[in-house]
Amino acid sequence: MKIIVLAKHAADPESEIRVSADGKGVDEKGLVFDINDWDRYAIEEAIRIREQHGGEVIVVGVGYADDTLRKCLAMGADRAIKIPLDTGMDSYQTAKVVKEAIADESFDLILTGLMSQDHNNALVGTLLAGMLDIPFATAVTSISVEDGRVRAVRELEGGFGEENILPLPALLTIQSGINEPRYVSIMGIKRAKTKELREVSVDAGESMIQVDKVYIPPVEKAELIEGSPEEIAEKLIEILRDRGLI
Amino acid sequence: MMRVFAIAEIGSEELDPVSIELLNLANAIKGDGTSEAVVIGDDVSSYAEELAKHADRVWKVEDSELKNYNPELYVDVLLQLFSKEKPDVVLVANSSRGAEYAPVLAVKLNAPVVTDIVGLDVSNGVRATRYIFQGKLLVDVLVREAETYVFTVRQGVFKDECTVQGEIVDSGIKPSAEVKREFVGIVEPEAGEVDISQADVVVSVGRGIDDASNIELAEELAEVLGGVVAGSRPVIDSGWLPKDRQVGISGKTVKPKLYLALGISGAFQHIMGMKDSELIVAVNKDPEAPIFGVAQYGIVGDIFDVVPALIEKLREIKG
Repeated sequence: MKIIVLAKHAADPESEIRVSADGKGVDEKGLVFDINDWDRYAIEEAIRIREQHGGEVIVVGVGYADDTLRKCLAMGADRAIKIPLDTGMDSYQTAKVVKEAIADESFDLILTGLMSQDHNNALVGTLLAGMLDIPFATAVTSISVEDGRVRAVRELEGGFGEENILPLPALLTIQSGINEPRYVSIMGIKRAKTKELREVSVDAGESMIQVDKVYIPPVEKAELIEGSPEEIAEKLIEILRDRGLI
Repeated sequence: MMRVFAIAEIGSEELDPVSIELLNLANAIKGDGTSEAVVIGDDVSSYAEELAKHADRVWKVEDSELKNYNPELYVDVLLQLFSKEKPDVVLVANSSRGAEYAPVLAVKLNAPVVTDIVGLDVSNGVRATRYIFQGKLLVDVLVREAETYVFTVRQGVFKDECTVQGEIVDSGIKPSAEVKREFVGIVEPEAGEVDISQADVVVSVGRGIDDASNIELAEELAEVLGGVVAGSRPVIDSGWLPKDRQVGISGKTVKPKLYLALGISGAFQHIMGMKDSELIVAVNKDPEAPIFGVAQYGIVGDIFDVVPALIEKLREIKG
């Protein structure tokens, strides 16, 4: 099995998110970057499949992805491909450059996270599947590899799942919680230093979208309960009592 | 003249309300053009009638092979329809299905695609609005000029109805693609010990709970309030609570008398599962957390200060 995993170095939505001065992006100050959480599950799943069935795991990153690619190599990926282009929020462009960068890799399976934790487009995987014309499934919560095919359960609404069988090569986008991603070990970090991280240059092509404006959503905010923890507790209890909840 | 197509979403044996919302948006942007629904399945007549109350035209695509959803067949029949009936805009629900097939449809139509939109303006170029960073920011994107645009639309946004009585057309289209992906079956949710959707009080924990060992704190609070403990996706993903305790689109929908959100930032996927609760109180360190947009009362603070104080006071009262 030759498995390609796409991994994004992405800002954590729980870090300080502020609009940049030009109003067209996010202020990098206060942002904490790491491997996109969904991709962490995807790389873990790929490594597990290789551990069971043999083969190779190749991780691909677009833009400034070095730290994330190194992390994936330390987790157990065999080699990395870096595409040094900033495609921003344009998932079409991202998918297009990945398609070109992996043109010479005869893969069996591509795994991507369901979406990125910063832009939440949930597009790169599906667009890539469309461009490559291969079978695909999204929001996958379980995978078993059989002879020349994969059995995958997708997440639907309301706790339901949908089981499908896909012939290889195929592309699956991975839902969080599919596995328990391993921690990076010191040995892993050491080993990663000797692994290949190849930079490839591809043409960025045309962009499909342009960011016009980034802004804070206008919302009606909750009434705030303030004071010391004890005061807050008392005020809250009063509210609950008024409603007959205690 | 603009033609706006909306692909209906069929739930379990019923028309998903998001289908009408897609048509509301189609009617709002069509100008002097048309809103046209497409309904795909093995027996879609009753859905078509319902859709015709909100669309200028409804296209039926019926075949026994379309009984179970398959993205390859959906793309196949839609491409057949769109090769004859040229769409300017295609609207698809941002559901587990729609979000899966719409991007591939867009690739095949050579159309730009924007997902999970909450706003669309076609008056001067094409501008779509969507959330980023799990609801913390909004972005307006200008979409490159194209013959056809594809959008997946967030549910629950376009509620303003417009009554149009349209015609129903049998498209006569049959699936022609050789399917690679094979549908095996639907997997039922596992039943747990407690049904959180039946509880009057739900104490729900999110990423802010920090560690599995802190779930105990939520359990203590739930006990004094006579409620149950539930959680948002990160807590379930980490294995700190079982899957049947998950509140959200992919978990359970709850409408308790009291929903207490502890350290939950409030991603859309979570909010859809609890927004209709009678009373929502949220505790979060981040004053900008989207959960405060849906809560009636908010406490900006540390759950590890507030919750123990609350448990203590409640115990004093109960003696």
